[in-house]
Amino acid sequence: MLGWELPPHNSGGLGMACLQLCRALSKQNVDIEFILPYEAEHGIDFMAITAATPQGVASVIRSGIAYDSYKYVKEDGSVEWLNIYDQQELYEKSVERLIDGREFDIVHAHDWLTARAGMRVKEKRGCPLIVHMHSIESDRSGGQGGNPLVLEIEEMALHMADRVVAVSQHTKNCIVRDYGIPADKIEVVHNSIEVSDIVPLDSANTYAYLAAMRAQGYRVVVNVGRLTVQKGLPNLLHAAKEVVYRAPKTLFLIVGSGEQYYELIELAADLGIGANVLFTGFLRGKQWRDAFAIGDLFVMPSVSEPFGLTPLEAIAYGTPSLVSRQSGVSEVFRNCLKVDFWDINEMANQITAVVQNDPLRDTLIANAQAEYQHFSWEDASRKVVNVYNAHLAGAAA
Amino acid sequence: MNKKAIVLYLHVHQPFRIRHYTVFDAGVNHDYFDAPYEDDASNERIAHKVAEKSYLPTNARLLQLLRDNPEFKLSLSITGTVIEQLEKWAPDALRSFQELTDTGRVEIVAETYHHSLAFFYSHAEFERQVKMHADKVREVFDQEPKVFRNTELCYNNDVAYWADKAGYKAVLAEGWDPVLGWRSPNYVYRPAYTENIRLLMKNYKLSDDIAFRFGDRGWSEWPLTADKFTHWLGANQNATNFDLFMDYETFGEHQWESTGIFDFLSHLPKEWLKNEHHTFMTVSEAADAFEPVDFIDAPNTITWADTERDLSAWLGNGMQTGSIQALYSLEDRVLATEDMALIEDWRRLTTSDHFYYMCTKYFNDGDIHAYFSPYDTPYEAYMNFMNAFHDVKFRLAQKGIEV
Repeated sequence: MLGWELPPHNSGGLGMACLQLCRALSKQNVDIEFILPYEAEHGIDFMAITAATPQGVASVIRSGIAYDSYKYVKEDGSVEWLNIYDQQELYEKSVERLIDGREFDIVHAHDWLTARAGMRVKEKRGCPLIVHMHSIESDRSGGQGGNPLVLEIEEMALHMADRVVAVSQHTKNCIVRDYGIPADKIEVVHNSIEVSDIVPLDSANTYAYLAAMRAQGYRVVVNVGRLTVQKGLPNLLHAAKEVVYRAPKTLFLIVGSGEQYYELIELAADLGIGANVLFTGFLRGKQWRDAFAIGDLFVMPSVSEPFGLTPLEAIAYGTPSLVSRQSGVSEVFRNCLKVDFWDINEMANQITAVVQNDPLRDTLIANAQAEYQHFSWEDASRKVVNVYNAHLAGAAA
Repeated sequence: MNKKAIVLYLHVHQPFRIRHYTVFDAGVNHDYFDAPYEDDASNERIAHKVAEKSYLPTNARLLQLLRDNPEFKLSLSITGTVIEQLEKWAPDALRSFQELTDTGRVEIVAETYHHSLAFFYSHAEFERQVKMHADKVREVFDQEPKVFRNTELCYNNDVAYWADKAGYKAVLAEGWDPVLGWRSPNYVYRPAYTENIRLLMKNYKLSDDIAFRFGDRGWSEWPLTADKFTHWLGANQNATNFDLFMDYETFGEHQWESTGIFDFLSHLPKEWLKNEHHTFMTVSEAADAFEPVDFIDAPNTITWADTERDLSAWLGNGMQTGSIQALYSLEDRVLATEDMALIEDWRRLTTSDHFYYMCTKYFNDGDIHAYFSPYDTPYEAYMNFMNAFHDVKFRLAQKGIEV
């Protein structure tokens, strides 16, 4: 399996989804070697993890998030920083070298970052290639074209793949729309969440101010995510203005960082709701968990969200959600509110309904928590095993 | 000795559904019930559809049956809200109901005008809505209702006690096993703590064979013919009355014409009346004809809904109880305005269907509740309702009333 990251060295959902899928697959007796572009300790025992180190390079050191440059320390001691395009080219060459003398039945590549390597393996060994799309370029660019280099790699990989796995019907539809891939070549395997993996809340909530305000009748609306164009936060702030106008005791907590950070702070101020919107920047651990827990409503207003795990994390911490219909999670999560990402008035309408009517919040919580207990990666892994089996049978013939 | 009777009773109702009514409408537009025609919640469109698919074809057959079989009779309950809708949007369908009652063999049953749960929240309002309904029935059908049914067949000792004091001959209820115990629904009973009134109990097995199972090809008794059905009834030697109670929309709407439901209906009287000891009775005729065999004690409320037969489909979650309590808390202030438009809007909000749409019990299975709701989710139903509620408060506030 070819992947770009695994927890705890992940920058987002991709690494977590790969980890959960592989763990569930290993329970179905799938023997996995997971090849990463860097070296690190992961503490994972259910599969082999190998670093694809390029020739002449002693080690690759990650810094920051997946899209930042990595530090390549060469065997002669010299150091070079490489950007993401150079990295994935080097990854392709390293993987090509690495597979010599190794036995495997299938190559399963996650996202465009590993796609070139996947195609190289298929070309060299003739084994079936599964391309697993956790997001596509039009998602990441908020539906505005995207990077032509990435588009080209995605298009080639989707055509070369023996089978494509998409994390939602939404993503499948986008792949068909953007790349003209026949729909019956694409299998939808929804992401999920493992209830047992949720780290429990402990001690008092980090957000003492918000807790005190809630005791005084305020209600808190939370968003957790990268502050990028894909996530649709300007629409949330425009909706927030309408909410605050009608329900002044509403506070918005925006957790995360990204290229829109300053733009959003300024927008909140320009809309006249600066005092009602709190920005925390990037968070991990307890502060991150407590942000979900302090909310009366979690909002995921994404423009295009291939899956979107955060609403399930939110209900794990007792908070119901309003999610955009342009998300994969809205296809599988019934007990949440749903809205088209562009419909600012309807977003405001639904947020106002929750902050003004506790019975709505409480009924959503009760039903969503019951529904959430049924989520698991087992179904996803069974579907992937079926995909494998179909192609192994084909290969044997 | 009295003949053995089929007591066929059909319930006709349409609510004024609330449109997609948002926080931006509250305080601005007061047209809660006016969805655009193409919308799922358009009352006008649904009235047109149900008149064409159900009321007109079914009434045509019922009228023919009444003409062909002098012994054929039935009872109807028809709410004030559906009568209003037919007056406005399907007058030919309303005339077809009047043609039925003109035969003198179709009895109209009393209930609340707005199909509400007022009995449980405000006795005064409950009695006002029952009177409104009686007035409407007199005006439209020239009849004085003699038998009472509460919304959704909600029944308990208090309902019977009230109906007895109000002078009704009988009250209708679900023949639910925990209430009947070992007894059969196919007799007339007397409610506990009453003297004069009679209790007719729905035989839900036989009724549901027609209302729910008729078109189900997976059902072991499919296809159900009038011959087979009357044979089942005839085989029961001692029974006096078979109370077949169901939604009128069973015919043509819940069971589509293609299931053969109309043919079944057309053949039922002839098959049943082949035996000279068989007949049909209206609900008040059955109450008059048969002596009660026992009394029925119902301390807890039963209804004809769901497997639980209780009120949980309407009052089972916090959204439902919260919104209905909020609504009735405005009663005195709304009535005091004497603003008939405002009072009528408030009354239309008391219709039980609004709370049924908020039911989350079976939301996860996407069952019958979903089928009968014009909204995608129970949460949407609640948000629309609460925004309309806020607008009623706004209208009170505008009149200088503290809310």
